[in-house]
Amino acid sequence: MVLNCRHVWDYISGYLDNSLDEAIRASVEEHLAHCEICSAVLDSTRNILILTADDRVFELPLGYSERLHARLTQAMLEVPPQESS
Amino acid sequence: MIAEVLAGKTESFHELIRPHERSVYLMALSLLHNEAEAEDAAQEAFIKAYRNLHRFRSESRFSTWLIAICLNEARAKLRRKQPALTDSIDDTADGGVTPAQLTDWREIPSETLERQEIRTLIRRALNALPLAYREVFVLRELEERNVQETAETLGITAASVKMRLHRARMMLQKQLAPQLATATPSRRRRFPWF
Repeated sequence: MVLNCRHVWDYISGYLDNSLDEAIRASVEEHLAHCEICSAVLDSTRNILILTADDRVFELPLGYSERLHARLTQAMLEVPPQESS
Repeated sequence: MIAEVLAGKTESFHELIRPHERSVYLMALSLLHNEAEAEDAAQEAFIKAYRNLHRFRSESRFSTWLIAICLNEARAKLRRKQPALTDSIDDTADGGVTPAQLTDWREIPSETLERQEIRTLIRRALNALPLAYREVFVLRELEERNVQETAETLGITAASVKMRLHRARMMLQKQLAPQLATATPSRRRRFPWF
């Protein structure tokens, strides 16, 4: 099966997740081997996913954990958890 | 540990939730875009989890249950803030997202995230995603949930999870690839004296 660029873009996520069936994956790879643009789309998407998932992008506010546990302690004093029925 | 809390050893709840503090906050932040409100929603979610711990069923993961509570809490806050908010997404509609078409890509290393401007670019791009795509993206990419867990948490089908995730990824690539390429020029240096 010969794929054009637009088809390959539709398969980028499936390719990254390794969820394409074998024949489609082979066709995507064949296209990527000679298409600079689609290779760059794949590489940049993969790169961006790694950067986005990095813990440094979203940092916890200072004192978040302390405030959370203090509020929980307060809530626990007010209402104990119910017994499992 | 859950049994301990339910048996009255309430202090065990602190230890039970410690590994999930970050992911619950992140889920709330991804919806609310405001640190103070996200922190408040996360606190409310943990308190609700504590009060409803007896309802937790062990067939689902505790973390998934917590995230679902947080999601409800954050969505309720969002509705109070933006009552007219509608974010209907048609997962069956045709028309993919056209990615940014570059002729080559030089890998941007993770150390680049030490720069505040790069972190800001990424946060802005994530916040610009439609809510329905953002929820799926955060669960799959940041919270590392599988397709089935994401579908269950959001009450949508696995096919919708895959479609929304694909579109979210392509939207992020479209916005971020050119911006990151410009903000992080190649490390190669030309030496004019040669």
